[in-house]
Amino acid sequence: MVEKQEYFDSDNESEQTTPIDDVSSKENPERVNTSELSGDLDDLLDEIDQVLESNAEEFVKSYVQKGGQ
Amino acid sequence: MAVNKICGVETEYSIIHKGVSDPNPILASSMLITSYVQDTSPHFEKGIADSVVWDFQDETPSNDARGFTPIGSLPPIVETHLVNAVLTNGARFYVDHAHPELSTPECANAMEVAKYDRSGELILREAMNSVKTFLPDDQEIVVYKDNSDGKGNSYGCHENYLMDRNTPFGEIIRHGIAHLITRQIFTGSGKIGCEVPGADPDFIPYQITQRADFFEEEVGLETTLKRPIINTRDEPHADADRYRRLHVICGDANMSEVATFLKVGSTCFVLAMIEDGFIEEDFIFEQPVQAMREISYDLNLSHPILRTTGKSITALEVQRYFYERAREYAEKGGLEYVGGDVGVKILDKWEEVLVGLDEDPLSLHTQIDWIAKRRLLDIFCTRNGLSYFDAKARSLAVQYHDLRDEYSVFNKLGMTRLSDQKSVTEGVAKPPEGTRAYFRGSCLQKWPEQIISANWDSVVFALDDVTVKRVPMLDPLKGTYDDVANLIAQCETPLELIHALDI
Repeated sequence: MVEKQEYFDSDNESEQTTPIDDVSSKENPERVNTSELSGDLDDLLDEIDQVLESNAEEFVKSYVQKGGQ
Repeated sequence: MAVNKICGVETEYSIIHKGVSDPNPILASSMLITSYVQDTSPHFEKGIADSVVWDFQDETPSNDARGFTPIGSLPPIVETHLVNAVLTNGARFYVDHAHPELSTPECANAMEVAKYDRSGELILREAMNSVKTFLPDDQEIVVYKDNSDGKGNSYGCHENYLMDRNTPFGEIIRHGIAHLITRQIFTGSGKIGCEVPGADPDFIPYQITQRADFFEEEVGLETTLKRPIINTRDEPHADADRYRRLHVICGDANMSEVATFLKVGSTCFVLAMIEDGFIEEDFIFEQPVQAMREISYDLNLSHPILRTTGKSITALEVQRYFYERAREYAEKGGLEYVGGDVGVKILDKWEEVLVGLDEDPLSLHTQIDWIAKRRLLDIFCTRNGLSYFDAKARSLAVQYHDLRDEYSVFNKLGMTRLSDQKSVTEGVAKPPEGTRAYFRGSCLQKWPEQIISANWDSVVFALDDVTVKRVPMLDPLKGTYDDVANLIAQCETPLELIHALDI
C-alpha cells in the first residue's frame, strides 16, 4: 500500500496555483543522466537510426492532421 | 448502485499518404479500410464479415445527458456515407471525419480492453499491408496512434463506460473531473511543445499529455470544438431507462498496454465508487481546465492545484486518495463491478505506478508512455547534440507512435506487455465472451451472408428473400458466451435462432 499521507488542506498558505506562463520557468526536471549511457542504449540508438525518416524536416512539415474529434 | 463496468475504447488514428502531391485523408482512410475488408489473402483470421454494414438507426450523438442541448453548441453529425465495417470480434472499423477509427468491442473489464486495443493495432497494421497491394510502388499509406500533429490539430481516443442511469449526472461531474485531470500523470503519451491557441509553441519543451492543450470547457456536448473534460453525449446504445454510457474524450491514445490498462481500470473503479457514493472527499478545483494543462506541463509532478477551499493539492495526491478509496471499496465488495480478479490487478498496478511516480519516475520507463518517450528523446538528443525542437527529435516523437513493424520505435524499447501475442492475434477475429459483443461477433462469424447490418445494440438478419428480423441487444451484459454459445452452435440457420430465442 502507498503510505498514508495528509492530502487535504495543507497549511502552507504560500501554495497557490501558478499561472500557465510561470510553469515553464520552474526548475527544469532532471534529464536522464546521459554520461552513464550503457552499451545497450548505444545499440538502441543505432537501431533507431535505421528506421528514422530520412528527411525529418520534410516529414515533420507535412505531418498535418485536420478534422479530428 | 454500481453496475458492471462494461467498457471499450475508440481510437482515431492519424493518417498520411506518402508519394502523392495533394493527399486526401478521407480518401486515404477509405482506401485503407476497404482494402483491409477486401483483401482475400490474409496472414491470419481477419474477422471480416463480408457485405455486412453498420446500422445507423440508433445513433443519436446530439442528445445531451443534461436533458437539453445548449444554444450555440455544435452537436456531432453522423456521417452515414463513409466506409463502415463491423468485424467478427464485435469491433467497428470505419472512417470518422478525416481519420480511420477503430472501436473495440464491448469488453467486460480493463484487461480485455488493453488486449482488444492491441488487436486493433494489429488490424491497422494489416490494413496498411493490404492497401500497399492496391497502390503504386512509390506510394504508401501510414497510420500513427497519437493525438496531435504538433500544429494545433487533435484527434481523440475516446473511452466508454457503462453506468447506472440512476446516478445523478452532477455526481459524475463532481468527482469525474478530479479523476480525469489527475490521472494524466500516468495516461499521458508525452508531447514536444505547446499547442494552446495563441501560446508560444516553444514555451515548454515537453509535456505529459497530447490532449490537455485542446480542452476548453469543464462540461459540454462538443467533441471537435470547445472540447469539454466531461462530455455529456447521452447515447447509451442500451436500455436508456437503466443505463448510461459515459463517453470520456479527454484521454490520450496509449502505445503502452500498461497505460491503457490503468487508464481504463482506474476509471472503472472511480465510476463504480461514484455510483455507490463511496467517494467522500470533494476535489473541486478553482480552474479545472487550466489545472488540466498545469498538470500536463508539470514534469516534476509537484505542481499545487488550487481548490475552491483555498488550499492546494497535487495530482499525485489526488490519485493516491482515489487509489486508497478503491482498495477499501474492493475490500467491501466492489471488485465484482470492475472485473473481479482483474480488479485486484488494477489496484496492484495503480499502487506500483503511483509509488514509482513519487519516488523515481524513470523507473517506469517501460510502462508509462510519457516517461518512455522522454527518456528516448533525452538519449537521442544528447548523443546527437539536438534540442527537442529539432526536426529529427520531432520526427522521432511522431515515430514513437508508428504502427508499422519495420519502422516501429516502440517495439525496440522493451515495453511491458500484459497479454500474450497469441490471444492478441486471436482477438482480431474472436469476440470477448463476457458481453453482448459475443452474440454480435459469433453471429457474424457463423452467418455473414444472412446478416444485413449490425450495430452496438442490434443485429438485423435476412431470414429469407422477403423476411427481415431485427434482434435487439439492449442489455450489454447479455448475449455472453454463457448465455448463447450453445444456442448458436445448435442452430443451423438464423431462423432457428430466432425461434429458439423466442423473439
